[in-house]
Parts: sequence; C-alpha cells; structure tokens
Amino acid sequence: MGEAKDSGVEERPKWDNKFQYLLTCIGFAVGLGNVWRFPYLCQIYGGGAFLIPYMIALVFEGIPLLYLELAIGQRLRMGSIGVWNSISPLLGGLGIASMLVSFLVGLFYNTILAWVLWYFFHSFQNPLPWSQCPLNDNLTGFNVECVKSTPSNYFWYRETLNITPDIETNGSLNWWMVVCLASAWSILYICFIKGISSIGKAMYVTATFPYLVLTIFLIRALTLPGAADGLLYLFTPDWEVLKNPQVWLDAATQIFFSLSVAFGGLIAFSSYNAEKNNCERDAVLVGVINSATSIYASIPIFSILGFKANTAYNSCMKENILALTNHFEFSDQNITVDNYDHWVEYLNRTSSGELTRVDLKPCDLQEFLDQSASGTGLAFIVFTEAVVEMPGSQIWAILFFIMLFSLGLSSMFGQIEGVLTPINDLKVVPKWIPHELVTGVVCLISFLTALIFTQGSGNYWVEVFNSYVGSVPLLIIAFFELTGVAYGRGMKTFSEDIYFMTGKRPNIFWKACWMVISPLMLLVVLVAYVVIQAQKHPSYPTWNPAYDLFPKTEDKPYPDWVFAIIILLCVLPVISIPLVAIYRLICSRIKKSGGHVDLNPNSNGGFEVET
Amino acid sequence: MLWKVLLLLGLSSAWAQKLCSPGASDGYKVRLSINSALGDQAYVWNENEMFLFRATLAFAMRTYSDGQEYDVANVVVCDETPRVSFWFVVTSPLDASLLVDKRRVEEAVRKSRSRINSAFLLTDDTLEFIGIPPTLEAPVAPDTPPWLIAFGVVMGGVGAGIVVLLVSSVVQKIRKKRDGEEETGGKTENEAASDAIYNMSFSDDEPVTQM
Repeated sequence: MGEAKDSGVEERPKWDNKFQYLLTCIGFAVGLGNVWRFPYLCQIYGGGAFLIPYMIALVFEGIPLLYLELAIGQRLRMGSIGVWNSISPLLGGLGIASMLVSFLVGLFYNTILAWVLWYFFHSFQNPLPWSQCPLNDNLTGFNVECVKSTPSNYFWYRETLNITPDIETNGSLNWWMVVCLASAWSILYICFIKGISSIGKAMYVTATFPYLVLTIFLIRALTLPGAADGLLYLFTPDWEVLKNPQVWLDAATQIFFSLSVAFGGLIAFSSYNAEKNNCERDAVLVGVINSATSIYASIPIFSILGFKANTAYNSCMKENILALTNHFEFSDQNITVDNYDHWVEYLNRTSSGELTRVDLKPCDLQEFLDQSASGTGLAFIVFTEAVVEMPGSQIWAILFFIMLFSLGLSSMFGQIEGVLTPINDLKVVPKWIPHELVTGVVCLISFLTALIFTQGSGNYWVEVFNSYVGSVPLLIIAFFELTGVAYGRGMKTFSEDIYFMTGKRPNIFWKACWMVISPLMLLVVLVAYVVIQAQKHPSYPTWNPAYDLFPKTEDKPYPDWVFAIIILLCVLPVISIPLVAIYRLICSRIKKSGGHVDLNPNSNGGFEVET
Repeated sequence: MLWKVLLLLGLSSAWAQKLCSPGASDGYKVRLSINSALGDQAYVWNENEMFLFRATLAFAMRTYSDGQEYDVANVVVCDETPRVSFWFVVTSPLDASLLVDKRRVEEAVRKSRSRINSAFLLTDDTLEFIGIPPTLEAPVAPDTPPWLIAFGVVMGGVGAGIVVLLVSSVVQKIRKKRDGEEETGGKTENEAASDAIYNMSFSDDEPVTQM
C-alpha cells in the first residue's frame, strides 16, 4: 500500500508478482458471462459454428483492445481519468465515462452476487428448498403459484425476489435481500481494505477456484445419463447460421463484454505494474484464457443441461406409461421406456378407440433440449432443477454457488478498482483521509444506491441496467479509446511507448487493427446495436401469476418514465466525453487570448508522469 | 346334506359378489405398483397377499371405526386385474348383507394409511386408494431458518476480519507516527529513493522539504 513518506512523494502500489497481476486481469475478464452467456449463444447459434465468428471477433477486436488498454495503463501509470487526461485534455471525459459506467455496472453486478449468496446460504438444507412446493395456508394442498409453475421457478420468483407483476409496482424492500446485499458489499470491502495487496491475495482464491469447480463438475457431469445428448446438441455445427448477421453481431458483442474492456479497471490494474513489462504477451494470454474458459465452462454446463433434458424426458415418458398401465390394467412395469413405442403401436392396432381415451403427452427429447436459458434463468432456475436430480445435491449446489460467487467477485474487483483508482489519482480526497475510509464510503454509497434492486421490482431494474448501461456506453467508450490513442496520441508515439516498455515495436497486425479494423468493427457493432434496439419499443418479460398463460412470462412494454430513465442511463455516462472536450476547448480559447495553454498531450501540467 | 352346504356356500359367495362390483357406491378401488416400488425385491401378488390386505383393512376398521369386531370375511374383494388393482367393500360384522358406509371406510383408511403402506412395503404413491387422497405431511419448520445460520457464520467471519484489518492498520499508523516523532533530527530509512534532500542544518518545524 502506498505509504506517505516524509518527503511527500507517494510510491504507487505494486503487485507482489507478475502472476498476481495476470491472475487479477484474468479474474476480471472471466466472469459470470463466461458461464451463463457464452454456452447459451453457442446453443442458439448452431453450436460449433458459432466459434468461427467468436474467434474472428477475438482476434480482430478483443485482443487489440485489451493490448491497448494494458499498454496505456502501464505506460502512463494512472487510472482511467489520469490516463486520458494525459493522452489529450480533450479526451478527459473518457475517464469520467469509464468511472461512471464502472460504478453503475458494479451496482447491479453485486446485486447478482447477493442473489448467489442467498442461494448459497440455502444450499445447506435437506431437502433443498427449491426442490418441493410449500404447502398452502390451510395445509390441504400445495401453494397454487408453485403448482402451476415449478418449485425452482417459485423459489426464485417468489421466495427470493418476491417479484411484483411489473416494473411500475415497486413492492417493498425485501429485508432478506437487503441483508444479502449488505453481506456481498461487506465481503467486497474486506477484500479491498488493503488495496491491491489484499485484492491480489484474494485473487489467488477467487480466480482459481472456479476452474477447480468447473473441473469437478466436468467429471461429474460427463458420467451423468444424458450428458452425451447435451454435448452433441451443443457442439453440432449448423453452418447455416453464419449467413445470419445477428450471429456476427452477437459474437462481437459477446467478446467485447466478456473481456471487460472500457471499464477502466484493466487500465487501473496495469498501472500498478512495473514499467518494463511485456504487455503484448499479457494481452494475448488474458484474451486466449478468457475464451478458453468460456469454451471449457460450456462443456459441464451442457452436459448437465443434457442430463436435465434426459430426466425431464424420462418423467414425461413415465407419466405416459403410468396412464397407459392404469387405463388398460396391464401388469406393473410391463411397459417400459424402451418398449413404449412397440406397445403404443400394438395398442393402436388392436384397440385404437381405447387408446384415444388415454391422455398421452407428446414427449420429445429435442424439445426439452431446446429449452435454453441464459443469465439468471440458467443459474437459478434451470441449473438448480438439474442439481436437485443429482445424487448429493447439497454438495453440488454449494460448489456451484461458491463458483458463481468467486467468478462474480473477481469481476467486481475490476469494477470497483475502476472507480477507486481515478478517485485516488484525481487527488480529490485530502491525504489525511485513509484509503480504507474512502473504499468504505464508496462501498456504502453503492450499497445504498443498490437498495433499489432489493425491492419487489428489483429484478426488472437489474435487467434495465444490464441491457442498457452495460452495452451502448461501453461500445462508445471503447470506440473513442481506440481512435483517441491511434489518432489522438498518434501511432508513432504509441509505438515508442510500447518499444520503451517491451523492447520491440508493435508489428503491422496491431497497427492495422488499432487504426482501422477494430474501430470499424466497433462502429458497425454500435450502429447495428442501436438500430436493432430502436426498431421496436422495448418490452420486458414479467412474472405475473394473474396472467392467463401463466407460467409463461408476460411481455409488457416499458412505461414512458422507465424509457426516459433508460435513455438517461445510456446517455449520462457518455455525455462527459463531448462535455469535457468542449469545456477544454473553451478554456484553451479563453486562455489563448491571455497566455499560452497547450493542448499538446505531452505538456499536461496537472499530472506528473513518473519516468 | 353335503349339497345343502355347498348350495349355501355358493349362494353366500354369490351374494358377496353382488355386494362388491366395480363402481360400487360404497366401495373403493385399490391400485398397487409393486414392481415400480421395489424393483428386484418385488414380491409376487397372490392369494396370501390378498389375505394380508383384507386382514389389514379389517384391522383398520376395528381400530379406527366403530370398534366392532371386523373379520377378514367382512372385506370383500372383486375385479382383480393383472395390474394389481381391485375393488373392495366392507360388510358389517352384524349383518353380512349390509355394507359399511363409504365415509367410515375412508376415515379408517386415512387414519391407518401408514400402517397399511408399511404392511406392503409401499408408499402413498405406489399403494393408491382411488378417491382417498393421502394427507400431506405438515412441513417441519425449524426454529431458526437454516439459512440464517449459514449467513451468521459467514458474516461473523467477514465482520471479524474487517475489524481486525482496520484495527491493525490503525495500530500500524499510530506506531509509525510514534517512530517518526522520535527521530525528529535524523533521516529515516524510508527516504531511500526520494527526490527530496533533507538538509540537517535547517531542521526546524518543517521537516519536509517542499518540492
């Protein structure tokens, strides 16, 4: 931790070793999205074929961006605000935008961790609470809402979220959620207390533990019946999807968000590095490991989903068999899953009239496999249902939720670091205030603001934040980052920076990416994203027990005031980019009449660049 | 003489059969799924098992109904199928032609359901009385919800950790300040690579050379 020496020069905190730094970057990049977003995209976009646009996006968009952020952070040795002020005073707004986006994303991301904690605390019971329906009030039957949907749906929507029918109904603060949220922020705080020395140590656990759990799940999942169906379904390539532009768009977006660029966290982490460090190798390593983790995680996820589909198919068949056996009074277990088709054929031939009287459900394994889910639906509904069917469900549930918590916590470190480092670098806080207090105040403010996510409509607000804060502003920031460095700082100066740090200049591939390919790809993704979003009035799925087709979710359009908030969330973080640029331009014009103010990035009087 | 006895037996069994028929208003249908429940350990359903069922039901009527001495002969069974399902009715011990009311039979079966189940090594799902739903078990509600215990353990640890770390850093700062005050005149080891040059001859109330 930086100690204030008598002379007044503060030494910048440092990583204990290179491995700690790499582990922190990997931990930041590898997050919940690797586990619950990538497998879903793989599934809906034709399995193995999706890997092609994904890899292309990684090579031409993801890794160049990563390399750029790590390089400027390491060279200029400041957080996001300081770095962009150094590169060009006109770009100072970029740092503020990064900081704001990090703060807003951190709010809802930690709420998801609070949900994970809630499920984790509930995994210590036998039987697991989401495995059976609770009884209704007069103990004559099961709770109606639970019976109509499923026990895991009920546990998620009613007992965890206590969700309201739409976003306008606020509901009350759910005290249990407030408690879990406080726990999540406290755990985050204790990891942050000593700055990067405590984060680095915490990372040894939080960044490596998910891999351990994924391996355990992999071994367990591959031995479950039906795992092969799931894996086949996941990886069977459907080359037709490559013609659909939506696939390319989603691949580019997924790579972008998966690598956690444009948050300012990576810049902050690499600013604590030694000056002469090979950041090119770091960037390639982090990018490749992130994608490899996504692919590695999808194997156990899909084995387990295949197992779940298999179980659901077997239950469906068993219900049909029971119906047949009861109606025709055959001996018990005469009809099995294997000879079911023979029996139905035989019965069709001999007594088809009777057969029509039996209520047989259509059981299709493909249909069960098609029930895909991503995001919180995958983790808290689909996966928990699957875990209940596995022997020793408590252990698997506990492992799964600890893994999710570690994944999310290591990503949260980057978010909070993206907020704290600029605060430290701006020196807005007087020096006598200890670092622990600043961290505590930031955590407290975030906790209080995130209380909106603990009320009845909280899940809908998380979706709003997730879809709109964590998407368009990041794309805009990244685009300006690329163009700012490539054209603002100049490729020549930047090449010199890299030569200074790594000992060799970037080759033509990197230059081409930074100057042309990556900004172009980002621009295309941004424009396509905005166009697709703007085409329809956005709607959201709601859990409404009074709905006719319950348990299907009802799609409702966002009310106007929510729509206004959405626009605000998209615009507010990035508004600082033009505002600061205009302000600096005006200042320089005013001062030009009096004195000489340089807009030259190299003569920035506010910050000292350590050499 | 013999033919009279045979005639009587035949008549009485025919009488009993008339009392019991599928869809009888005072009877219930029973369905057993022995293979599903027991798999390899399944026993074969035969006359002896049927005798056990009738005896168990007679026991249930004796214990939980009006206390009359029901006998195996009072439980009449008919329409047995290979499914292992059959209908039964219960006749009154006082008059073999009278059927016991449906509701009394239901009450007796409900109250002794677990005994009947365990006599056949079956459960509520695999030994079904069609028309008598099993009573649901009241959930066991522990005094403290288990999740609060897990939460308490984790948060206790985290809270203790926060306090310990904060106190240790405060103690460190106080100790450093004390060390710094003790050496007002000399150079401290911390000034290793600093840009400030500490000039001893100007040591006064400003130990820090401003940059």
